[in-house]
Amino acid sequence: MIRLNVNGEDREVDVDPDTPLLWVLRDELQLTGTKYGCGIAACGACTVHMDGFPTRSCQTRVSDVEGAKITTIEGVDGKAASAVQAAWRELDVPQCGYCQSGQILAATALLAETPKPSDDDIDAAMSGNVCRCATYHRIRAAIHRASETMEG
Amino acid sequence: MLHLMQRMANAAPRPSRRSFLKLSAGAAGGLLIGVKLPGSLAQAAEGAASDQMFTPFVRITPDNLVTVLNKHLDMGQGNATGLATLVAEELDASTEQMRAEFAPADNAKYQNLLFGVQGTGGSTAIANSFEQYRKAGATARAMLVAAAAEAWGVAASEISVKAGTLSHPSGKSATFGEMAAAAAALDVPGDVTLKTPDQWVYIGKGFPRLDVANKTVGAPNTYGMDVQRDDQLVAVLTRPRAFGATVASLNADEARKVAGVVDVIDVPGHGVAVLATSTWPAIKAQGLLEIEWDESTAETRSSDALFDEYRKLAQAEGPVFRHDGDAAAQLEGAANVVEETFEFPYLAHGMMEPMVLTIHVEGDRATLWHPSQFQTSDQATAAAVLGIPQENVTVNTLYAGGSFGRRATPDARHVVEAATIAKIWGKSQPIKLVYTREDDTRAGYYRPMGVHKVRAGLDADGNLVAWHHRIVQQSLMSGTAFESFAVKDGIDSTSVEGVEDFSYAVSAFHGELHSPKVGVPVLWWRSVGHTQTAYVVETMIDRAAEAAGADPVAFRRAHLTRKTGSDAHDADNARKLGVLDKVVEMSGWGEGAPQGRFRGVAVHKSFNTYVAEVAEVSRRDDGTFKVEKVWCAVDCGVAVNPDNVKAQMEGGIGYGLGAILFDEITLTDGHVDQENFDTYRPLRMEDMPAVEVEVIASAAAPTGAGEPGTPPIGPAVANAIRAATGSVPSVLPLSKAGLA
Repeated sequence: MIRLNVNGEDREVDVDPDTPLLWVLRDELQLTGTKYGCGIAACGACTVHMDGFPTRSCQTRVSDVEGAKITTIEGVDGKAASAVQAAWRELDVPQCGYCQSGQILAATALLAETPKPSDDDIDAAMSGNVCRCATYHRIRAAIHRASETMEG
Repeated sequence: MLHLMQRMANAAPRPSRRSFLKLSAGAAGGLLIGVKLPGSLAQAAEGAASDQMFTPFVRITPDNLVTVLNKHLDMGQGNATGLATLVAEELDASTEQMRAEFAPADNAKYQNLLFGVQGTGGSTAIANSFEQYRKAGATARAMLVAAAAEAWGVAASEISVKAGTLSHPSGKSATFGEMAAAAAALDVPGDVTLKTPDQWVYIGKGFPRLDVANKTVGAPNTYGMDVQRDDQLVAVLTRPRAFGATVASLNADEARKVAGVVDVIDVPGHGVAVLATSTWPAIKAQGLLEIEWDESTAETRSSDALFDEYRKLAQAEGPVFRHDGDAAAQLEGAANVVEETFEFPYLAHGMMEPMVLTIHVEGDRATLWHPSQFQTSDQATAAAVLGIPQENVTVNTLYAGGSFGRRATPDARHVVEAATIAKIWGKSQPIKLVYTREDDTRAGYYRPMGVHKVRAGLDADGNLVAWHHRIVQQSLMSGTAFESFAVKDGIDSTSVEGVEDFSYAVSAFHGELHSPKVGVPVLWWRSVGHTQTAYVVETMIDRAAEAAGADPVAFRRAHLTRKTGSDAHDADNARKLGVLDKVVEMSGWGEGAPQGRFRGVAVHKSFNTYVAEVAEVSRRDDGTFKVEKVWCAVDCGVAVNPDNVKAQMEGGIGYGLGAILFDEITLTDGHVDQENFDTYRPLRMEDMPAVEVEVIASAAAPTGAGEPGTPPIGPAVANAIRAATGSVPSVLPLSKAGLA
């Protein structure tokens, strides 16, 4: 048994220790908001927060996260997350939407750390999150928008 | 593609509108079997009663929700909201009460009126549904009004409807929900009157996307990849590295030792499948399989060798797709001839959600859950493999994590694979076939590679007098069920679309197409033939302008203004001029690019939509180019949701840009060289230009938006690079020549 803390809850799972956190979340805990896109940490669809830091769950062994606090799209909250999700809805950012859980977690971590990001900050923080619908233009605008609403 | 669809539409019998409207009650209970919907959508579906279907497209329930059944697949292009907008408009519903749900596979009720089968593609979702879904809304409205008139003892003509409320001057009022049961019991009216455009409150204005809330919270059961049925097995199928190879020997000893692996099975004609109780064991075991392939009947040519063959073919005469005037003679006598040979690679679609499909076979019935893009053929294919009647196959469509054409496979290969695995497995257990990213990248169904050889002639005054265009490209349609519609006299219309309707004024035009047979499966890729034809035509027009000593915009205007002798081409040119003028104004083209920046322009018609784009680029110290800004003007007739049209242009530009900058699928001895996003480079945040889009106001019938933003971006960027370097890149991707 491997013990995990996901979205504030302690969970136990019976899987091989080398199982990527992604598949534990999706298949064992039914938290399917975290997406599989590439399996090699090249697309960011599987992004979760590990102790607040954006982490690629497809390249994180479940045995390595014991003792860490994992937050997924289903559990993310707080000022930055609320501002990001609201801005995503206000600007109709998603198209297919499959990458957006990861985009939102990456953007939330960015704004928590850097409340007034420049375009270069956005490039740096978001370059690991691929969107094949290329909603980047709106993601950028929505991050700026969320930054504004966090101030107010 | 459009020609294809028009031919299909002509060939397919169209059910009358009346026959659509007659279908109502009774079906709803069946509609809901097995449909898993996220959050509030699920509640709406479960709360629905069979007597509240107003037409096959609209359900109104006592909770005052209006659910629109979307006969199409929403893969991000927004048709779930688009069709709901059409219904809400005529129903005078509020935005808050609208919901969207995917319709089941039922060709009689839900066929694409341009295809004759149920399916999504060719940017047709709004175009073919515009009247049908507005009529569905108007029909439901008339029934609600009639029910209220009866309940209140007043004349129907005295009742008004606004934002989801029925009201009478006497002070009586009711919600749709309150009248739903009584209204659904009434006869469906034979005819209804639609609003005139000046009465529209949503169409052309705006409507919130209905899928966005769920897509920002990771809602369950949204995508095909999210499906989890009780007792489900996950299947991961290892396909041969060379297309057409078969299994010579298999050692699955190590794979079978992985905890969670249930079986490893040979799937004749397809490969080797690992079955496991969850996804990771299946993926892990796949990596432990030892398979030797027999490639004696496989396609083992390298892409370099194929290009050599294509280049040779480009020198030889081929079947003619268009011949107006004597292009050879005109070229002979031309004052100036510009000539170029272009090379386009195979491209993978690379949508974020890899291919996936869950199937459950129970006796002589089967249920599918997946983002079905061709419901009719997916349903028929599963039935054929399983040897059961087509109507015994239930298709549950979920949102797609992108497609760009990939999920609309005429041969429904993924359905064949899943059904074959289920059949071999034999037990009545849901099986979820998951493609890993590597499987998805290597599975074929690519945008075909191609070589185009073009010669354009100009007279001494700089007028275009001849265009000679030869294409070498594998046919998308040969050997598919669509062949009889799409291939005529050796010409696959999807190979020549975008050049066959060349509309610039020219004295003589001659076009030829070679369609070599290659064992690599090919498929439409966002905008189909246009990614190649628009690139070739629009960069050659720039070359011709340069030879004529003219500004690229001025040269285009001159050749779009002159009468062509074809009414169709003149009509196209008027709308091309409209978007060209708009993008020139938006970008300030006449003032020239700022210091250190270079600009290019392109205008193209695809799927009956006209798009012009100006790209502005800068050159980095290493000689590569960055696309800084793109201006885009689009004329798609009535834009039902203008902001969504803008979103599709933005996305179409980004999708096309990534491909021309970085992407190619190459083969070495028949083996695909790329496998994941490390070797098939996606466009990323820092590569995305700022994009400004304007939608031309139009009263014309709505056309498509999903694809037409893509074709002009390649040539607009290439022309900007020409402005910087003096030469147009003729081999894609640009990274191959160190330009990206």
